[in-house]
Amino acid sequence: MAAEKKSLGKEFTKGIIKQNPVMRLVLGTCATLAVTTSLVNGFGMGISVTIVLVCSNIVISLLRKAIPNKIRIPAYIVVIASFVTLVQMVVKAYVPALDKSLGIFLPLIVVNCIILGRAEAFAGKNGVLVSALDGLGMGIGFTAACCAMGIIREFLGGGTFMTGLQSLLSVFGDGVLGGFDGIDFYKVFPFLEKLSLQPMTIMLLPSGGFFTFGVLMAVTNRLAERKGGKKAELNGCGSCPMAAICGADKAECESMKNAAAPAEKKEAAAE
Amino acid sequence: MKKLTVTSSPHVKSGATVTGIMLDVIIALLPALIAAVRYFGPRALLLAAVCIGTCVLSEYVAEKIMKKPVTLGDLSAVVTGLLLAYNLPPTIPLWMAAVGSAAAIIIVKQMFGGLGQNFVNPAITGRIILLVSFSQAMTTFTKPLDWTADAVTTATPLAALSALDRGGDIAAQLSDGRLPGLMDMFLGNIGGSMGEVCAAALLIGGVYLIARKVISPIIPCVYIGTVAALMLIAGKGNFTFMLYEVLGGGLLLGAIFMATDYVTSPVSRTGKVIFAVGCGVITTVIRLFSNLPEGVSYSIMIMNILVPLIEKITMPHPFGFVKEKKEKKEKEAA
Repeated sequence: MAAEKKSLGKEFTKGIIKQNPVMRLVLGTCATLAVTTSLVNGFGMGISVTIVLVCSNIVISLLRKAIPNKIRIPAYIVVIASFVTLVQMVVKAYVPALDKSLGIFLPLIVVNCIILGRAEAFAGKNGVLVSALDGLGMGIGFTAACCAMGIIREFLGGGTFMTGLQSLLSVFGDGVLGGFDGIDFYKVFPFLEKLSLQPMTIMLLPSGGFFTFGVLMAVTNRLAERKGGKKAELNGCGSCPMAAICGADKAECESMKNAAAPAEKKEAAAE
Repeated sequence: MKKLTVTSSPHVKSGATVTGIMLDVIIALLPALIAAVRYFGPRALLLAAVCIGTCVLSEYVAEKIMKKPVTLGDLSAVVTGLLLAYNLPPTIPLWMAAVGSAAAIIIVKQMFGGLGQNFVNPAITGRIILLVSFSQAMTTFTKPLDWTADAVTTATPLAALSALDRGGDIAAQLSDGRLPGLMDMFLGNIGGSMGEVCAAALLIGGVYLIARKVISPIIPCVYIGTVAALMLIAGKGNFTFMLYEVLGGGLLLGAIFMATDYVTSPVSRTGKVIFAVGCGVITTVIRLFSNLPEGVSYSIMIMNILVPLIEKITMPHPFGFVKEKKEKKEKEAA
């Protein structure tokens, strides 16, 4: 019982840092780079993906014995697409500003690799509760990554923090949180303009997204390694989080691993 | 008893070191620095100092954090800083110059593994990051010889050139006073980035580098030649138009000092020619057909990215190497 509880917790937390879908598995990067120009956008995207992820994981896990193996991908896509349509309708109805700023990337959640990846690698093989927790953890990991990128890019690229918050909260009525609509640092600190400081436009462009992405990826790798995780390097399929859904020739991967560590092998052979 | 030292090749070494080469580049850049101080005042010197200082500091900090050996002694960070300063308008706020320098060293150079590993020229990329981020400050140029803080802004010759109506009478438009004289263009008495204005100083530096065999003349000559030839065609054979295009903007600075960067240019002679022609064509296309007046930095960066492919197709064959296809044909003939 205790062991099962522990593994449930593990399945939940692994998506947050150790197997963070964006920073460690490098999935769903297109949407991440495109929409994280502000914290609110990143958060909105993250929440939408999390909802779809949890719901589709649950349904796919329930149907895992009913879906024939050969047509599992189309079946998964149908399930995912239904939930994406639902989420899109809800967002359009209640948070139209978010729908406007996410644009095409909201319906494109259907083809987000994180969701299909979790369906294929996890929900299709595991029980309902574990799959839901896995989806939730992965969703939180994705949301955290989007928020982190959004904060950095919004601050450096626009000199603001949480702008557009009211449009996200408009579903709860007007003037929630005392009408707090983000901080414009150039208005709060007028001396910034006197110092001729100005935001770096490049951070709002795709290139700035890549810079931020690269730096955050390095930080996440560092964090994951510090927590006793394996180093993100060529180490065969054993350490690869994608091994379960990897289409590549496994033998080829393993031979690369052997090539990477020939010195150790030779030493072992000599002994 | 003396031990026999066994080492692998190379056994004959030239005296060239990274530090020596970088020192030569710095010496070659000095005439342009003198010209910059002459035209833009002590602020040019301050700007260069800020860029160099930030580059050196970023290199030190980045290498310390990544626990790599500190390589400040090879002077490559100094060269990057100086080149970046040459690419900036003299009036740019100093903090922007510092941001660009830090980005050039940390993002472009150290994150890819340091000197020799960067796939694009750090100084060029630093300039592009600044140009995209702070386009207004990066395209505001003041009149030369006016050292005051509120100096009059002026259009660069290239901006004036790109406003020309190339369908009309080019010669008449060139002489109607909207452009400075050709002698001013050569000596640097024009608006522009700090180190790019004085063609004479850049040419002196280029000749020094070629004479010291630090750079091969192929890239600068072919690059400038390509731009000159294409501009001659675009200007309907007007020689003056071509001269303005060659002397204006960052073409000389880019062709002599940036495109010849060892790390980001091809090794073989054919590769160098392909690289330089590509730079020339892209520069011309950007200058003539885009809404940017200048395209040297973008062209060099694009060609930098293509260098691995150029190296692949221009790989020299070892002596006695026979292509497989030829072998088959010979067999069939036999």
